[in-house]
Amino acid sequence: MTLQNPTYRPPAGTADAAPPRPAGLRALAQRHLSKLVVAPSFAAILLFVYGFIAWTVYISFTNSKMLPSYELVGPDAFSKLWRISRWYVAIENLLIFGGLFIGISLAIGILLAVLLDQRIRGEGVLRTIYLYPMALSFIVTGTAWKWILNPTIGIQEFVRSLGFPAFTFDWIVQQDTAVYTLVIAAVWQSSGFVMALFLAALRGVDQEIIKAAYLDGASLPRIYWGIVLPSIRPVFMSAFVILAHLAVKSYDLVVALTGGGPGYASDLPATFMYEMTFRRNQIAIGSASALMMLATVVAIIVPYLYSELKGGKRV
Amino acid sequence: MSSLTSALPPAQGTGARLARWGLYLILALFAAYYLLPLLLMIATSFKSPEEIRTGSLLSLPRELSLDAWSYAWNRACIGADCRGMAPYFLNSVAIVVPSVVLSTLFGALNGYALTKWRFRGANIVFAMILFGSFLPSQVILLPMARTLGVLGLAGSTGGLVLVHVVYGLAFTTLFFRNYYVSIPDDLVKAATIDGAGFFQIFTKIMLPLSLPILVVTIIWQFTQIWNDFLFGASFAAGGAQPVTVALNNLVNTTTGVKQYNVDMAAAMIAGLPTLVVYVLAGKYFIRGLTAGSVKG
Repeated sequence: MTLQNPTYRPPAGTADAAPPRPAGLRALAQRHLSKLVVAPSFAAILLFVYGFIAWTVYISFTNSKMLPSYELVGPDAFSKLWRISRWYVAIENLLIFGGLFIGISLAIGILLAVLLDQRIRGEGVLRTIYLYPMALSFIVTGTAWKWILNPTIGIQEFVRSLGFPAFTFDWIVQQDTAVYTLVIAAVWQSSGFVMALFLAALRGVDQEIIKAAYLDGASLPRIYWGIVLPSIRPVFMSAFVILAHLAVKSYDLVVALTGGGPGYASDLPATFMYEMTFRRNQIAIGSASALMMLATVVAIIVPYLYSELKGGKRV
Repeated sequence: MSSLTSALPPAQGTGARLARWGLYLILALFAAYYLLPLLLMIATSFKSPEEIRTGSLLSLPRELSLDAWSYAWNRACIGADCRGMAPYFLNSVAIVVPSVVLSTLFGALNGYALTKWRFRGANIVFAMILFGSFLPSQVILLPMARTLGVLGLAGSTGGLVLVHVVYGLAFTTLFFRNYYVSIPDDLVKAATIDGAGFFQIFTKIMLPLSLPILVVTIIWQFTQIWNDFLFGASFAAGGAQPVTVALNNLVNTTTGVKQYNVDMAAAMIAGLPTLVVYVLAGKYFIRGLTAGSVKG
């Protein structure tokens, strides 16, 4: 998801990288074919991405309830949004969930990548096992986790049956801990991906540096902590950006695991938006909350893309 | 690709051997952590309801009963519809196949045009398309629902195909564009001098070179679209819903006795296609995941 272009050359005049052109009508058509081919996709993106964003912005400035109304009333929906306590629950949950999800996924992913980098027998099999949750839908894995975390049939019951009748692990049904079960399932699903990112980057590090440090007497942990990890700093940035935008968009997982409950204790902005727009007939407020999500993603993505474009540095 | 530490001499001595054992132990524990939910799902799907009630969470099924699987496949009730997961599974197939084919085709053409026949503003066009890959879908849900209504596609699989093609373009274009920039322009130049045109070069020169990125893109799109829930839940009505939405409805049905073995079998049915693809072509799946974020 970067704009990096290894063979990028600045456009020279109007010719760019185009081959030499014969004159005539056929050549004219050929010359514009490229634009014609991209045009349908670009038009679709203009309409379905940018046009729809504009549409949502417009709706958020109306007093649309069940059906969209096109009469502008100013930023009412936004001020209403920020007076709804359920929205604050969703925001707070996003901060808790996002912070823990990103932090723990990075920690586990990096640890696994470094451990797997030690000439491990069966590395391929282990890598496959660590990463497979990424291939599954959150709805599928959420179904499994919901069952495992269910106090009456899952882990709690299992440990109790082993002879610890006082053991309690009922986070999923408690108001103040339900959000942490989202972290458990999301980390399980995505940490293998972080592992894959870092493992690929570790394999790109110059081995001579490691050798030199080793001959100087540095221990392996010191080499990784002091030399290798700092040298792949850009991957931290990529991983952070991808995980952060996954966190903001998280919807399926909440639906499958907690349904936002108990009550709305584990709501995230994505479930809040869906609830307002499609269940509570508050289209304007739903649109306003969607724009808050967009703003968050843009705040994460744009500086990242900008630095990628400007620096053009290779990872 | 070789291990970073392969430049170093292997460590000797008892301490080093102990460290190796510890290393493998940690890796095995993590493997267990990742595998456990899947194994529990599979084991439970083969158990009888009686065994789930009386047995232990971690026990293996006493006998392999396929009852839950066949019940989930064609008799389980999803809402008031008691035809099981089968019709929804077929819906997903009907959505995924055209969506993957079309979005991959457009992505390939875009990538080709944007790298080998650069026009003024090509980079801006690419950046604007790329932004779509980060778009939180919530921003377009409502306008899309209204638009599908106007187009007469509301609630249909056709509508979902349109949605998946459009919002898949950002990824497919990115994949092909980043792949094609590494193919020398001279190949194209030589072919134009020989009189080959835009599409001829695409089909005769570019496509035969594109097999790896085709596989990466098809697997990526297949996984994304098969696993989609938000679009399916928002835009598909009743009988046209994809398998993920059906699974969620099945699991969250509150009426009747909870049949955990059926829930797990249904989850496995919904998850198997992407799991099989991952096991068979994991290498390409990983390449898709890391395609944008690490240059490889």
